Amino acid sequence: MHDIARSLVAEPTLADWKEMYGALWRIRLFEGHVQRLAAAGEIPGFPHLSTGQEAVAVGICTQLAREDVLFTSHRGHGHVLAKGSDMEATFAEILGRQNGLCGGRGGSMHLVDATNGVLGATGVVAGNLALAAGAAWAMQAQGRENISVVFFGDGATGAGAFHETLNLAALWRLPVLFVCENNGYAEFTSREEHSNVNHVSSFAAPYGIATRTIDGNDLPAVFAAARHAIETLRRGAGPYLLECMTFRMAGHYVGDAQQYRSKEELAAIREKCPIERLRRYLVERGVNSEELDAIGERARDAVLQAVQRALEAPPPDPATVLEYVYRAPALAAIPG
Amino acid sequence: MQHTFIEILRRALDEELARDAAVYLLGEDVAAGGAFGVTRGLAQKHGSARVRNTPISEAAITGLATGAALCGLKPVLEIMFIDFATLSMDCLVNQTAKYRYMSGGQLAVPLVVRTQAGAAGGAAAQHSQSLEAWFIHVPGLIVVAPSTPAEAYGLLKSAIRLGEPVLFVEHKRLYTMKEELAVGAELPPIGRARIAKPGTDVTVIAYSAMVQSALEAAQKLADAGISAEVIDLRTLLPLDMATIAASVSKTHRALIAHEAVLNGGVGAEIAARIGAELFDELDAPVLRVGCGFAPIPFAPQLERALLPGSADLVRAVRQIMGLAE
Repeated sequence: MHDIARSLVAEPTLADWKEMYGALWRIRLFEGHVQRLAAAGEIPGFPHLSTGQEAVAVGICTQLAREDVLFTSHRGHGHVLAKGSDMEATFAEILGRQNGLCGGRGGSMHLVDATNGVLGATGVVAGNLALAAGAAWAMQAQGRENISVVFFGDGATGAGAFHETLNLAALWRLPVLFVCENNGYAEFTSREEHSNVNHVSSFAAPYGIATRTIDGNDLPAVFAAARHAIETLRRGAGPYLLECMTFRMAGHYVGDAQQYRSKEELAAIREKCPIERLRRYLVERGVNSEELDAIGERARDAVLQAVQRALEAPPPDPATVLEYVYRAPALAAIPG
Repeated sequence: MQHTFIEILRRALDEELARDAAVYLLGEDVAAGGAFGVTRGLAQKHGSARVRNTPISEAAITGLATGAALCGLKPVLEIMFIDFATLSMDCLVNQTAKYRYMSGGQLAVPLVVRTQAGAAGGAAAQHSQSLEAWFIHVPGLIVVAPSTPAEAYGLLKSAIRLGEPVLFVEHKRLYTMKEELAVGAELPPIGRARIAKPGTDVTVIAYSAMVQSALEAAQKLADAGISAEVIDLRTLLPLDMATIAASVSKTHRALIAHEAVLNGGVGAEIAARIGAELFDELDAPVLRVGCGFAPIPFAPQLERALLPGSADLVRAVRQIMGLAE
C-alpha cells in the first residue's frame, strides 16, 4: 500500500481504489477474527473494534510515508494495519504472543511498530495527543519533512490535554495532523450527553488551526481531505484538524451489548458501511462485482493465513517478564 | 571558587546543551531564566529553539517532551514545582514510564524532568511538598534527588546521558548553598548512593536537603561520642540497597530521614527492605524521621514546627542507641 501511496502524484487510479478496497476488507476481517477470538476467550483483556470506521484509517494512513509517525487510540487496529504493519505480528500481539509486535507486553491497546512509524496506541483517552505533538516538534527541530498523525475519538475532546495540545501545536506551528474519528459516542455516552459543541472542528478556530469536517465513511472524500491536509502540513503551515464523521458498527468493546443505541440507529449500519459505499463507487465506475468479490476473497485468505500463523506462535517466556523495564544493565540489575 | 546550587545546575545544562545537539530545554519561563533563575542566559547562548518557553500546560508539555524523546530529542523539561507534577502524572505514569516496556524494547524515552520540591520561606501548602514517593512506585521511572551543588552537577549530567526517563528533584532550600566544583571529576553513576560521612555506630540514610540535616546531627552526635555514618541516597529509584546493606551490617542500627511525610514514604520502603534483608544484623528497630502529617503551613513558626530538622535526628539516634533523652 505504501508503495502505491508514495507514488501517487495524480489522482488515485482505479487500481489504487481497488487496492484500498482490499485494505478496508483486511481490517474488517482482521477485526472479525479479533471479535470471534475475544468472545471465545482466546484474547486476553478487552479489545476495541474499529468496525465501520475503516475508511478513515485507509484514506489517511495509505498516504503516509514509513517515516511519518502515527499515534492512535484504544481503537487503533485499523490505523496500524493501514500504515502497513505486518498482519501476523499485529495479530500475534493482540493474542499476547512472543512474536507479536511488542513481544506480548503491549496488546491491543498498546500496539507499537517503531520501524514502521507506529509509535503507539494508548489506552488513555487523549493521552496520545501531546505525544504526537512532541514527535512533530522533534521532526521540526531536526529539519525533517515528515509529519505526525494522531487518531482520537470525539470523547477525547472532553480532556484538558486536548485543548492544551491544540494551543501548543498551533503556537509552535507543529506538523501534526489531528484526526478525530467522531463516531458520536464517548464509550457508552452519546455526544449530545457530553458536550454542547456538536462538531469537534469548532475547537480549532480559536487556535487558528485549519480544519474540515468530512464524511468519514466515504473513502474518496477522506482520501481527498487527507491529501489536502497532509500537503498543508508538509508545507510547514502548522497543524491541521480533520474531523471524520463516522459510525461505530460494533460496541465500545467486544461484548458490549449496546443497549444505549436504538434499533433504528443500528439498522442504518449497512447503509453507512464504508466498504459497501466504496463498492458502489467502484461499480458506478465500471468495475464488475466479480472482481470486487475476488478482492474480498483474497483479503479473506490473507487475513486467515496471518491469524492462523499468529495462533501458532508461542506465548512469551515468563522468565523474561522483567526485561525492558530499563535498558541500562546496571539499573536493570537492581530490583526497584 | 564556590558556586551556588543554581549556578552549578546552569553550568551542567549549559555544558550538556553544548555537548549534545539533541538536548533541548523546555518549560514554563525557561527561556526567561525560570522561576529560580536556573536557566538564565541559556536561551541567549544556545538559541530560542533549544531553550523554549511553554504555555502553563503541564499535561501537554510532559506529553510533548515524551513524544519528542521517542523521536530522537533528549528534552530536559522543567516542571516549576513538584506540586504541579500532579498535572503531569498521567503522562509520566501511563506513557513515559511504560513506553520501553509496553513496546517490548522498541522505544525509549531519554527525558529528564527537572522539578523543585521541599519547604522553605512560606511557600505554603501548594508549593512546598515532597512528593517523590509517588514516583518511586512506578516501574520504568528513575528518581534522583541531589544533596549538594557538586552532586547536582554530576547527577544532572549523568541523568541527561542515561537514556531513561528521570525525575530530577531539586530542593529549593539548597538553591543558595555554595560549594567548590572539582574540575574534571568523574560523573556519579545513577543508581548508586554515597557515604557522605563515614561512621561506626549508626547509619543515617537521607537524601536531598535532609542529608545536610543528617550531617549536622552527626556532628552533634560526635560531640556526644556517637559515630554516625551518613548515606546520601542520591537515587531513590532504583534504590542502592548494596550500599545500605554494607553500612547497616557494620553499624547494626539504622535511621531513615526525609522531609516528606512518613506514610507510604521512601523511608517505609527502605525500612521494609532492611527488615527483610538485614534482620539478623539489627541491634535495634529501624526508625524514621519525617514531616508531621499535615499540609505545609504558611506562617514561619508553623512551618518550623512541622518540618523535621537535625534535632529530630539526634533524638531518634539516641533512641536507637538506647540512650535517655
